[in-house]
Amino acid sequence: MRREIPLAITGIVGVVFVVQYFIPHFPFSRMNDWFSDWFSIVQACAIWLGALNLLKISAQKIAARKSDWIYSIVIVACFFLIVIIGFIEGESFRGQGTAFSWLYDYVYTPLSATMFAILAFFVASASYRAFRARNFEATLLLGAAFFVMLGRVPVGDMLTAFLPDGYRLSALASWVMNFPQAAGQRAIMIGIALGIVSTSLRIILGIERSHLGGE
Amino acid sequence: MLVAGIILVLTVIAYLAKVVGGFEGVQFSPTVSVIVVILLAASLLWILVLTLKGRLIGRRVVFLYVGIAVSLPLFMSISQKIVISPETQQLYDAISELPSGAKVLVSFDYDPPSAPELQPMAEAFLYYCFTHDFKVIVIGLWPQGPQQANLAIDKLLALPEIEAKNLQYGIDYVNLGYQAGNEFVIQRMGGSFESMFPTDYSGHPYSDLELVRNIRNFSNIDYSFNLSAGYPGTQEWVQVAVDRYGLSMGGGNTAVQAPMMYTYLQAGQLAGLLGGMNGAAEFEKLVGREDKGTRFMLSQSFAHMVVIAFILIGNVAFIVGGRKKKL
Repeated sequence: MRREIPLAITGIVGVVFVVQYFIPHFPFSRMNDWFSDWFSIVQACAIWLGALNLLKISAQKIAARKSDWIYSIVIVACFFLIVIIGFIEGESFRGQGTAFSWLYDYVYTPLSATMFAILAFFVASASYRAFRARNFEATLLLGAAFFVMLGRVPVGDMLTAFLPDGYRLSALASWVMNFPQAAGQRAIMIGIALGIVSTSLRIILGIERSHLGGE
Repeated sequence: MLVAGIILVLTVIAYLAKVVGGFEGVQFSPTVSVIVVILLAASLLWILVLTLKGRLIGRRVVFLYVGIAVSLPLFMSISQKIVISPETQQLYDAISELPSGAKVLVSFDYDPPSAPELQPMAEAFLYYCFTHDFKVIVIGLWPQGPQQANLAIDKLLALPEIEAKNLQYGIDYVNLGYQAGNEFVIQRMGGSFESMFPTDYSGHPYSDLELVRNIRNFSNIDYSFNLSAGYPGTQEWVQVAVDRYGLSMGGGNTAVQAPMMYTYLQAGQLAGLLGGMNGAAEFEKLVGREDKGTRFMLSQSFAHMVVIAFILIGNVAFIVGGRKKKL
């Protein structure tokens, strides 16, 4: 039963979602609403589960003194700091001028942005070390990257200001984005969609069971 | 190396001083700005010469140049001409056609890491909405989205021209907060907004909010704008709200995500697209309020130039080294 019940739920919910798209009337419309609400509830619970799991893993790391365990102390301390401040400030914890919003605005936001900004340094370093014109395809990619990177910033047009309006780098970058790039994206998206359809069918029909664990 | 390092440190100190206050006048004159650019270009040329001689640079030098390229332009007095792309113009045209009092749904589907790109877009879009008396309904499919929305709204409400309008929460704008459930939230909103957002961000019941009291679903929304940094985001909004419920929508995406949206743009499923900080700068120009997007474009231009320069230098090293040498 541990396998049959989840498989039955998956199959019923999957079929209802497919059918309600084409027949948006009772009872499928009502069932769609139920299942959508269930999904929101399950996802909200998953957020809690994720937070508790993070705490558990961090606590285990600290207890076992694994590598970089000191960072786990920071995680646990920050977790409790935010939660405690949130609880102390009550329902209006996200309002203007609260300690919670101060932490969000002046600690969390700049730190998150900084972590993301570090990518710029690694992208530059990786491009320098690995972006090579090794063969025809790589050279084509290199050329496209060159024109798009320059064309997507104002300096590209400044460098080609001597050319007529429609022939400057921004126009070239726009052409690359609208035609070769969009065509490639479309092909990838159609491929992904077909993959999703086949995998979904396998899951709904109970052929694919890896999401239940094992196999 | 030492000189470059000193320049970087001084730049960071000067920027901090500028932010903290007291050094409002820290700005290179156009002549100094040009000299700095020439010095930067000359040093890159010197690295190229060294590479041709077989002396390769380490990755720390690359990091240093990226740091300089991003920070120095913050003080330069070089103006760049922002060229409006067709996709940005399309977004502007779409909202220009909306009448005063139009109901606009804005979904904040991002968190602070993507804020440097998306926050300027959010501010420019909301600025246009507020100055043109649109009614703004904010939601978020990312937990931090509504908080980002509040940051943008609070900043705009402090502007004299917006303050003069005396906008009222619940009447002129409302923040319905975050709801878990990704695309299922969008799907349920197609039937009823209230079922997904029984209360707003601050806990006020949906039916008590004058602005949304009579809004049942997407059919009551005139235009929607989605600020997206990933999943769930513009793609899910297009697949559910636009495709199924016929919502008119524009997108504001990070530069990484924007290329994926061109297919929807060409298919007419998206009414306009802002891509990355460049998109934000273009939109700021169109709405007539040049802010962070425009200010930081010079840094982005420099960073792009430096990355391109290092790609060229890396390829020179690759060719000179007999296509074998690793960096």
